[in-house]
Amino acid sequence: MDDLTGFLKLALITATPIALGAYAGIMSERTGVVNIAIEGMMLTGAMVAQLAAMYLYQPLQGMFGDAAVLVSLLLGTIAGIGSGALLGGLHAVTSIRFKADQIISGTVINLLAWGVTGWVFQRWMTAGAPTAPGTFPRLPIPLLSQIPIVGDLFFNHQPLVYTMFLLTGILYYVLFFTPWGLHMRAVGEHPRAADTVGIKVNRVRYICTIVGGAIAGLAGVWLTLEQVGAFSLRMSAGRGFIALAAMIFGRWHPIGALGASLLFGLGTAIQIRAASLTATDSALALIPTQVYQAIPYLLTIVALAGLGGKATPPAASGQPYEGQKS
Amino acid sequence: MQHLKHRTNISAPRSPAPLLLTHPLIHPSTHPPVPPTLKTTLRQLTLPLLAILTAIVLTVPVIGFALDWNWAKIAAAYGGLLDGALFKRYAFSNTLVAAIPLMFTGLALALGFRTGVFNIGAPGQFLIGATCAVFVGYAIPLPPVIHPIAALTAGILGGAFWGAIPGYLKARFGSHEVINTIMLNYLAFFLQDWLVKNPMKDPNPGVIRTPEILQTAELFRFYDRLHIGLFLALLAAYGVWYLLNKTTLGYELRTVGSNPEAAKYAGMKLGRLTILSIALSGALAGLGGAVQILGVDHAMPVLYSSDYGFDAIPVALLGQNQPIGVILSAILFGALRNGSDLMQLRSGGAVSREVIFIVQAVILLFVAAPAIVRGLYRLKLPQSEIEKEGSLTRGWG
Repeated sequence: MDDLTGFLKLALITATPIALGAYAGIMSERTGVVNIAIEGMMLTGAMVAQLAAMYLYQPLQGMFGDAAVLVSLLLGTIAGIGSGALLGGLHAVTSIRFKADQIISGTVINLLAWGVTGWVFQRWMTAGAPTAPGTFPRLPIPLLSQIPIVGDLFFNHQPLVYTMFLLTGILYYVLFFTPWGLHMRAVGEHPRAADTVGIKVNRVRYICTIVGGAIAGLAGVWLTLEQVGAFSLRMSAGRGFIALAAMIFGRWHPIGALGASLLFGLGTAIQIRAASLTATDSALALIPTQVYQAIPYLLTIVALAGLGGKATPPAASGQPYEGQKS
Repeated sequence: MQHLKHRTNISAPRSPAPLLLTHPLIHPSTHPPVPPTLKTTLRQLTLPLLAILTAIVLTVPVIGFALDWNWAKIAAAYGGLLDGALFKRYAFSNTLVAAIPLMFTGLALALGFRTGVFNIGAPGQFLIGATCAVFVGYAIPLPPVIHPIAALTAGILGGAFWGAIPGYLKARFGSHEVINTIMLNYLAFFLQDWLVKNPMKDPNPGVIRTPEILQTAELFRFYDRLHIGLFLALLAAYGVWYLLNKTTLGYELRTVGSNPEAAKYAGMKLGRLTILSIALSGALAGLGGAVQILGVDHAMPVLYSSDYGFDAIPVALLGQNQPIGVILSAILFGALRNGSDLMQLRSGGAVSREVIFIVQAVILLFVAAPAIVRGLYRLKLPQSEIEKEGSLTRGWG
């Protein structure tokens, strides 16, 4: 039983960056801005967060003593979110103001992220860099975490796992139950109509793309400050693209995207567990580990085909809006 | 309403288009092309050239900062970039060698974009093509000229098959090719990983890779490492141009790409064309993998480089999805790739080779948003292809 809880917990943890990335995608795409730059935003967020935490840790020790670990992690998180927002802003400016093709703009940001993180890593994060504060501690929620099984599974995590759940709810509520959400969807489905009723189309797009970037930056923070505690080149390793798949698979809906992300998380957990399983169990050892690794990806393809998975993106997705000349 | 929606969301034309052009079947790009003169060609080149120049100038602060503004070191770093890309012995031929796989994958992406599929699956198709080619290369003894042809054909078929899967899934179930091609990239990776570690492993216990291909299968090298794959790539580029511009099939594929509703209205077989367009795109990527194995690597290790597939996106976009443009931008990317290696070496490791991604990004940005360059240089440049066609890619649609 313990083993199963541990397994599900692992799935939940590895689903976190995927889900956050998918929410970043939903934010911009619901308003009609295609975002394939989540990968780059994630990578940059991870790097900036780690860099900030690293370089702030020692100065902060003088001021806060033992609390410096938490303070520097928190400031690192904010820096990571900020860098994501900045890239979101760049994506917004090129694709809204300069009407660049949004796929190209996204590719530009991915390339830029690979370049800049590589450069900074080489220069400031290798030999001679200050010590890093490590990763966020677990924050068990009082009382709730005492419940058997469920408590450990859901209420004994590092902060970003909670944030993921919180964001699912917030995004769902905002999108479908607030005027702002209605504006977002209107802008994404029929910008001209939205404009006619007085919604500032491009302003909505700017804000949502920037907020989306911030969320993607947070997904990056998970990589460094919640999981590894150090940065390495291209450590996002395709998670941004998987997040895109989760977003489309979840049909541009927060709860759908969460479900899809959990599926990928489950797959990753199977992968990690398979390595130890095959070493002990002779029957399972006959199946190559690659088969376990392939399961989540195969599952996605099959599920998508089986569910009659016609994914319909927001109608105005990918199209710049000219505005009505009056 | 469906086809109206597609039209009305495109940004309003800058000048009122002739009535004929608004007919859904007559897309501007399907008109007979005006033969280019030297003057128009030069004007078209202004934008990319200015973009490249600006991008390289923009690296000065990045590299300067990394080298503490020591100008001798900075000069050495740039010298390394140029030497590695062009001037060192064999540098230019090595640049071409690095460009060849990018030409194939770039063409694959360009063909996909032109025919309305966003094929993120080039890395997987490249890998499968390489795997098929290496197998034919080492396991099936054949006479000289026939052997490479057989191996290349295996690569083409492998890539086409790997591309046809998401094509079929899209045509049959409507599932999105972007998701499925991403998934198939991973599946290709795991499949290759298993094959190279098990049935295709070199019997020598010291290495984890496939056996070397037989000498009969190697592509002929005619200048240092430069192999005849270069001519195959040029041939492929001509083939793509010919297919798209001179054949009925190409016309149909482009129509599906630019306006699926109109294609359906005209009685074209959408499903068949969708499968065919991704399969053709996959075939090109697979051929790229085969050429890389037969011309350069001769054996396949685990974790065989799939970067060529990802670089394909900027290569295709910088080449404005035109075959000749793709060839040129692949050469540029090959040059940057080789140059950046030597730059990192000459700067004593202080300038990471990744810096070159910044150059690629800025070039692409300027080409994608000509308004930026025009504003920067106060130029009145011709509207680029990208602006004329409204949108180069079609998002998820």
